[in-house]
Amino acid sequence: MTETPLLDVRNLTIDLPRGADRPHAVQDLTFTLEPGEILCVVGESGSGKSMTAHAVMGLLPKAVKVSSGEIRHQGTDVFSLPERDQRALRGGRIAMIFQEPMTALNPLMRVGDQIDEVLRYHTTLDRAARRARVVELLASVGLPEPDHLRRSYPFRLSGGQRQRVMIAMALAVEPDILIADEPTTALDVTTQKQILELIQDIQAKRRMGVMFITHDFGVVAEIAHRVAVMQRGRIVEIGTAEDVLNRPQHPYTRQLIAAVPHLIEHREDFTRARQPVLTAEKVCKTFHLGGGFFTPGRKVVAGDDLSLTIHQGETVGLVGESGSGKSTLGRSIVGLIKPDSGKILFEGVDLLSLSRPAFRPYRRHVQMVFQDPYASLNPRHTVGDIITQGPVAFGEDRHKALDKAKALLKLVGLDASAAERFPHEFSGGQRQRISIARALALEPKLLIADEPVSALDVSVQAQVLDLLEDLRHRLNLSMLFITHDLRIAAQICDTIAVMQKGRIVEIGPAKEVFGNPQHAYTRTLLDAIPGKGWTIPEDVVPVTRRSAALRNSA
Amino acid sequence: MTAAAITPARKGSGFWSAFARNKGAVIGLAFLTLVILMAAFADVLYPASPWDMTAMPFQPPLSEDALLGSDTLGRDIAAGIAHGARVSLLIGLTSTAVAVLIGVFLGAVSGFYGGRVDDLVMRFTELFQTIPNFVLAVVLVAIFTPSLTSIVLAIAIVSWPPLARLARGEFMSLRSREFVHAAVTTGQSNMTIIWRQILPNSLSPIIVSASLMVATAILLESSLSFLGLGDPNLMSWGYMVGAARTVIRQAWWMSFFPGIAILLTVLALNLVGEGLNDALNPKLARKGRS
Repeated sequence: MTETPLLDVRNLTIDLPRGADRPHAVQDLTFTLEPGEILCVVGESGSGKSMTAHAVMGLLPKAVKVSSGEIRHQGTDVFSLPERDQRALRGGRIAMIFQEPMTALNPLMRVGDQIDEVLRYHTTLDRAARRARVVELLASVGLPEPDHLRRSYPFRLSGGQRQRVMIAMALAVEPDILIADEPTTALDVTTQKQILELIQDIQAKRRMGVMFITHDFGVVAEIAHRVAVMQRGRIVEIGTAEDVLNRPQHPYTRQLIAAVPHLIEHREDFTRARQPVLTAEKVCKTFHLGGGFFTPGRKVVAGDDLSLTIHQGETVGLVGESGSGKSTLGRSIVGLIKPDSGKILFEGVDLLSLSRPAFRPYRRHVQMVFQDPYASLNPRHTVGDIITQGPVAFGEDRHKALDKAKALLKLVGLDASAAERFPHEFSGGQRQRISIARALALEPKLLIADEPVSALDVSVQAQVLDLLEDLRHRLNLSMLFITHDLRIAAQICDTIAVMQKGRIVEIGPAKEVFGNPQHAYTRTLLDAIPGKGWTIPEDVVPVTRRSAALRNSA
Repeated sequence: MTAAAITPARKGSGFWSAFARNKGAVIGLAFLTLVILMAAFADVLYPASPWDMTAMPFQPPLSEDALLGSDTLGRDIAAGIAHGARVSLLIGLTSTAVAVLIGVFLGAVSGFYGGRVDDLVMRFTELFQTIPNFVLAVVLVAIFTPSLTSIVLAIAIVSWPPLARLARGEFMSLRSREFVHAAVTTGQSNMTIIWRQILPNSLSPIIVSASLMVATAILLESSLSFLGLGDPNLMSWGYMVGAARTVIRQAWWMSFFPGIAILLTVLALNLVGEGLNDALNPKLARKGRS
């Protein structure tokens, strides 16, 4: 690596508009990207990693300006070039793939035509040649029947296939730099694995420089040659993957790595009480989508003969990829969805056979924590109102309920004064704590947590998981924990149920499911966990992972 | 982002600065305030009934006893406009209020419960949407004899369907939000959920379209009065235009001033509505506005 670097970013500073939470999106950024190298840029949301990529691509929003520094592409300063040449460079030499394959493709154009469009602008090939090239590109990213697929519209493709099309489009002009902005974050873990392999494969074949932006250290461990860690607009640590992952120097890097959920073995065996709190028996649910007077709708089987039990104090993890029906089961238990058949027994009473009024008393025993902390709190109510609405609906006195809400806020690690404020004044992690307090206000016996941490940054994720773990011990709660991330499930669950296409394919104690998986699908899932070959260095993991806030309130 | 999409949770200063950014809206609001003041103080400004013949007939504007001229019977045009403002605003506001009540109620029920209820309510709404508004209003007023109540009801009955559709859409999308699911799981009743959880979050677009509906209602009332279907005891702008149309070539001012009053008031209401839209629906606010 002695030649001039492909990309050389020097002292790059990007200003944010006035009124933002900090003056610079990125400050004094210096890094290089060599040919044939994968540079992972890691950081939490708001760290400026995407801004950096967008600056290189000239995609910065209008209000945001590069105030100083330079970006050199093979020695030429990009900003000194005229607009036209900058565009040619960005389309032709540097390509980018985005996080959301669902929105990055034009839904009204056939995918082949979208790739063809790129070729038309950047090459002099004629129609027939372009067509051959499109087919070749689609084949090179591992898409089946490229000649047929070329004529499909994006909505016919799965998320992984769309991401492959995006990559094919990026490769169309043989770029020497590929910028990938969280390209696998929206994908299922098995698809993620395939896409990561594809990127690695293409990168090695073409000796491209890849700038890979991610928040997941597992992915970093999987593909990175070098790693840059960003915090609040600055690179705090940069070095080879080997060094950063195994001998992190900067406290922030250490903190991030410590927060990475990992498969831990030392969870004690769970001893079951005699009676289960909840038993689901042969629950079935089929959704009928679309359809009209003449066309029958599509059928989606979200639950097929689902059975599981949850005992007092037990945490059952429901893992599986998107569309496997895990949320459907969770929502059936809290009564948001009515299954087609089967039984859901809560302490021996079949909830599904109850009428609405008869079901109501059971609601308080089964509570739910939702996935999106931004959508699950009513923006027009104060936090105090949000937490007390449940108890008040069950006839509790408002003042008493408010006192209890304040105590609960302390229990989840927030200040009691939070009760008077509105949800928008809180961060994602804090909102999720409020959401947990709301669920606990009814003193439930069973908590359904539907992907409660998947919208949060890793360090916040770890805190919320610690909180849930702590609460369930303190309150002797039973919990159904729904997640797509096996690492998190391994960390928090006693029992694991693996779901695939509406069926539970394997269920058992966490130790056995992870240590000795029986079903092929479980093995596939385990195999797809990013960074499984990497063990988090011992000295980074703190002795207890309890957050400070919890200790104070205890 | 998501939080902002549900309209700002804080009102007050944020709301006003967003509203004031739209210059047209501020001008509209100022003019509207003027009209409201004129309506409120009509009795002080022109103590005599607007039906009284206070001047010589056919006085042009700026004559001694009639600032904006007098009509064919010697009634003061300015007095008519001041008192007519009352009728226009009263009818505009009350009929909109009634339309909002009907529309939001039906829309909320339809959007919240969905399924059969939704089908039923929406077919009922479509029934009203297929009949031309103005014709239906004319027929209703004609059947029930023109009076303030019948006019208000007629206008309300022809204008609620768009509001019902709007409220239905809002309720449908909010119904599937997680905070509504959370309200269901914490055992809140359907009434509480509709009233406390969903309605406050769906108000902004409803307020915006209601403000625009006041303008349409004023136009409808004017048109009805123009056709002679106004309340015979109340002086209204539409009546003044209608009565003066036969002499429009000899005495332009008789129809011109009430016409201008209608135009400016409706324009002001539209500007205010647009400003409200910018302030309450920041996501939909048009870009590039200074």
